[in-house]
Amino acid sequence: MTVHVLSVLVEDKPGVLARVASMFARRGFNIHSLAVGPAAEPGNSLMTVVVDAAEIEQVVKQLRKLINTIKITELNPDESVERELMLVRVSADASKRGELLDSAAVFKAKAVDVGTTSITFEMSGSPAKVNDFLELVRPYGLIDVVKSGWIALSRDSKSRNLRAIG
Amino acid sequence: MKITVAEALIKALEYEGVEVMFGHPGGAILPAYDPLYDSKIRHILARHEQGAGHMAEGYAQATGRVGVAIATSGPGATNLITSLANAYMDSVPIVAITGQVPTGAIGNDAFQEAHTWGISMPATKHNYLVTDPTDIPDVIHEAFHLAGTGRPGPVLVDLPKDILNSEIEWRDPTGKIDLPGYKPNFKGHPLQIRAAVDLILAAERPVLYVGGGVVAAGAHGELLELAEKANLPVTTTLMARGAFPDTHPLSLGMPGMHGLYAAITAMQKSDLLIAIGARFDDRVTGDPAAFAPHAKVIHADIDPSEIGKVRTADVPIVGDAKIVLEQLNSKLDRTLDGAAAPDRAGWLETIRGWQTDKTVSYTQDPAGPIKPQFVVEELYRITGGDAIVVAGVGQHQMWASQLWKYTRPRRWINSGGLGTMGYAIPAAIGAKYGMPDELVYAIDGDGCFQMTMQELTTASTEGIPVKIAVLNNNNLGMVRQWQRLFYNERFSGSELTNHTPDYVKLAEAMGCVGLRAEHPSEVAPVIEKSLTINDRPVVVEFKVDPDEMVFPMVPAGGSNDNVVMSVEDLR
Repeated sequence: MTVHVLSVLVEDKPGVLARVASMFARRGFNIHSLAVGPAAEPGNSLMTVVVDAAEIEQVVKQLRKLINTIKITELNPDESVERELMLVRVSADASKRGELLDSAAVFKAKAVDVGTTSITFEMSGSPAKVNDFLELVRPYGLIDVVKSGWIALSRDSKSRNLRAIG
Repeated sequence: MKITVAEALIKALEYEGVEVMFGHPGGAILPAYDPLYDSKIRHILARHEQGAGHMAEGYAQATGRVGVAIATSGPGATNLITSLANAYMDSVPIVAITGQVPTGAIGNDAFQEAHTWGISMPATKHNYLVTDPTDIPDVIHEAFHLAGTGRPGPVLVDLPKDILNSEIEWRDPTGKIDLPGYKPNFKGHPLQIRAAVDLILAAERPVLYVGGGVVAAGAHGELLELAEKANLPVTTTLMARGAFPDTHPLSLGMPGMHGLYAAITAMQKSDLLIAIGARFDDRVTGDPAAFAPHAKVIHADIDPSEIGKVRTADVPIVGDAKIVLEQLNSKLDRTLDGAAAPDRAGWLETIRGWQTDKTVSYTQDPAGPIKPQFVVEELYRITGGDAIVVAGVGQHQMWASQLWKYTRPRRWINSGGLGTMGYAIPAAIGAKYGMPDELVYAIDGDGCFQMTMQELTTASTEGIPVKIAVLNNNNLGMVRQWQRLFYNERFSGSELTNHTPDYVKLAEAMGCVGLRAEHPSEVAPVIEKSLTINDRPVVVEFKVDPDEMVFPMVPAGGSNDNVVMSVEDLR
C-alpha cells in the first residue's frame, strides 16, 4: 500500500463530503480513511484524506476540480503530525486483566470501561502506534474496534502545496 | 417589493440574458411556469425531458451561449440526466432547473420525489439544492458563471416547491462570485510557452492535435495562425470538426477509430503532438500504450486534470486555448525574429502521400442500393456545405464527420464522448432556434431517430423548421458492423423492422413534411425539394444499403498502427 495523506480545505457546504466520496468512487480511487471537521477559518472544513494510490497526481487534480475544494496539501510524514483515535474492546476475564492493563500502560492506552468479561481501551497516537497496540491486544480476542481515521497537520510552515500544476 | 422565488428565478434568468428555455412542466416546477407565462423568455415545450436537455445543448453548441433546460421533480429530473451526462462529457454549457418536492417532504419518498442532487452530482460540473429562498439570485448567477467559464459544462439547480412559493425581497445578483475554490487559470505559464515553442521549432514531424476546447474558446483564428506560421499539420477531433478548415492544405481531418488514415498515421509517426483542448480520448488513441510512441507531447488544456490523465505531457500548459495559442504565436514570432519557421516539406510530402493513397472510398452503383456515404456527399454538394450539420451516434455520424468538409466552428454538432443515440433531432431543434437564419440539417440513423422522434412534434408546433435526413438501413448499423466483423455475423438484437415506421407518414402525422428516396437517382431531387420547404420541418428518408461499413477502422483497443481500410484487410 502506498499511502498519501492529503489535507483538503473545503467550503463547509451541505453535501461536500458526498461530493468527495462520490468523486473517489467514480474515479476508482481508494480511500484508506477520511476525517472531517470545522477548519480554523469559519465557513470552511478541513479534511484529512488518506489515499491508497501508487500515483497521487490525478487524485489531487480531481479533488481540486470539485468546485467546493479550496486547497489541497500533501503531508509528508516527516514534516507533519499524524494522529488516530481508537476505541477497542478486548475479551478479558479476571485472570487476563492485570496483564492487559500493564500492556496498555506501556502504550499510554486508557481503560475507559471494565466489565466482567471485557475491557475497553481508548488509545490515541500515531497511526502506526495505534496499530501496534491493536496487534498487541488482538490475541486476547477483539470484540469491537473503532477508529477515527487519520487526522494530520503539517509541522510549522513546512507543508508542500500540491495545487494545480502549470 | 416582495416577490416569490419562482418570480425571482425568472427575473434572474432574464438578468442572465436567457432568451429561451427548453422544458417540460410538472407538479413541483409549476410555480416557476406561472411567471414564465408573462416573461419575454420563450419556452419550448419538449415532448420528453431528455429532448429538452439536448435542445439546450444544441442551442449552446451552435451559439456558444449557455443553454437552459427546465423540468419537474422525479422523472422529469431523471429524464434530464442523459443530457447532463452528455453535456459533461462534451463540455457543453447548460443550466438545468428542476423542481423538487417541498423541503418538508424530502426524504419521505413523496410523489415524484427523486434524489436529483445526488443522482446528478457525477453528471454535472456542479449542482445546487436551494434551501434558503434568499439565495436564488446569486445561485442562478453562479450557475451561469460555472457553466460558461473555465471548462464549460452542465450545472443543475434543484428547487423545492415550497422554496419556489416563498417570498423574498428581490435584489440583483451581487455580481460578486463567491467561489473561493473555483479559479480557472487562463494564461499559460511563460516558461512552458517558451518550452513549447522550442519543441515546435525543433520538431521534424509535428502534429497539432486539436480538440473541442478550441471550439469552446473560439480559438480557431489563433489556431490557423499558429498552423500556418509554423507549418503544422492539424487534426481535428470529433468535437473539434470545423475548428480548422478541412479545405486547408495543412488539414488532416479527423483522427481516431474511424478517422482518416493520414490523420491517424501522422500521429503515430509524429515526433511532437501539440494537443490543444483535447483529452486523449480512447476513441482517438486506440491502445494508449501504442499511441504515438515516438512523440513528445505538449498538452494545453484549461482543465488541469486532463493533463497527464492518459498521456504524460512533456510540456503541460494549463490555460484557455485562445490565450495559450496567442501566447504561442507571439512567442514564436519573437523567437523566430523574422527568420523562417521550418518548412517541414518532407513531412508534409509524406502526409500528402498518405492522403492520396488512403482515401475514404465507396462505390455507388447507379442501379442501387443507395450508399449512405453517397447521401452525405450529395447533401454536401447540393447545400454547398453551407449548413449546420447535426448528428446522432453511429455509422451515420462517422460518415457525416468524414465526408463533409467543415470550414468553420460550430457548424458540426454531435454527441461525442457519451455517444448518446437520439441526440440529432433535439440538438438540431436547439441549434435552429439559436441560429434561425442558418440551414440546420440533421444527418441521423434510423435507430437514433426512433429514440427521440417525438421531438418532431416539438419542431413543427413550435415553428422550428429543421431538416432531418434519415439514413435508413433498417438496422443499428454500427452494432451490425461490429457483429459482422467480430461476432461471426450473428446479428443479435440489431435488426430494426423493414417498413415500420413509415417515416413519411410519421413525419406528416407529426406536422412535418416527409420525403423519401429509394433509388440513387432520387437522392439529389429529394434533397433539392427539402431545401425549398422552409415553413415546416422536413424529414427525408433515404433507404440505404444495410451492409455498408465505416472505414477506416481501428478495432477497439487495438494499436493505431493497424488501420483497417476495408473489410478485405480483416480477412
